[in-house]
Amino acid sequence: MTVAWPESARVLAITAEADLIAVRQALRAEAQSAGLGLVDETKLVTAGSELARNILTYATDSRGVLRAEQIADGPRRGVQATFSDSGPGIVDIDAAMTDGYSTAGSLGLGLPGSRRLVDELTITSEAGRGTTVMIVKWAR
Amino acid sequence: MSETPMVRIGDTLIVALQGDLDDATVIRIEEDVSAEVERSSAAGTLIDVSGLAMVDSFIARVLARMAGMIRLLGSQVAVVGIQPAVAITLVELGVPMGQLDTALNAEQGIALLARLRADDGRLA
Repeated sequence: MTVAWPESARVLAITAEADLIAVRQALRAEAQSAGLGLVDETKLVTAGSELARNILTYATDSRGVLRAEQIADGPRRGVQATFSDSGPGIVDIDAAMTDGYSTAGSLGLGLPGSRRLVDELTITSEAGRGTTVMIVKWAR
Repeated sequence: MSETPMVRIGDTLIVALQGDLDDATVIRIEEDVSAEVERSSAAGTLIDVSGLAMVDSFIARVLARMAGMIRLLGSQVAVVGIQPAVAITLVELGVPMGQLDTALNAEQGIALLARLRADDGRLA
């Protein structure tokens, strides 16, 4: 059973590309609190940077929120990061999770790439209703 | 007047990227380096990224683009000092980096630039 510490969650607004640094710093701090090794920390921070970028690229008014918190499953500690926006949503999630698929002319690696960097990635999205991407990275 | 710290050693230009870089800074570095390569006619350029704890897809793309521009300006170019955690992450992220010449550190980078220049000379 996974437990979280909601009262100590970090919540950051993502509204401009300058916010990407705050996103990375927040995830780096959470990774260190959870005892992630350097490689896992780097993967988490990089995945977070990609997902935050997606919000800037695709969300309505380029606005979204990151919520990052510590989680635990028995002795296992980890970081859970949720990126949400109220933008147009993802029409075809399967396509979005395919390498090279992009509706913005980019490399199309953000979602499938992030999926490879973390332990769990869950997308909740509906056309016109916004998107939530939740990632989890456990300490080994 | 550029703010990007660049050092000239012989005919090699060394630029170090470090810390947490936002997009605007990365773009500015790209412009500053291109201008300096052109101004100084540097024969070789080393992009030292040992100070970067993270390289995401945007930074990786700008690095590849910067290398392409530097080569067009007639200079050899190599990226040095990619941190192991960054290298593992970039491979897994799937950003194509195959076209970049890389070396472990500045010393090996300078040797690599010399080899690239010699190879270029043989092809000419």
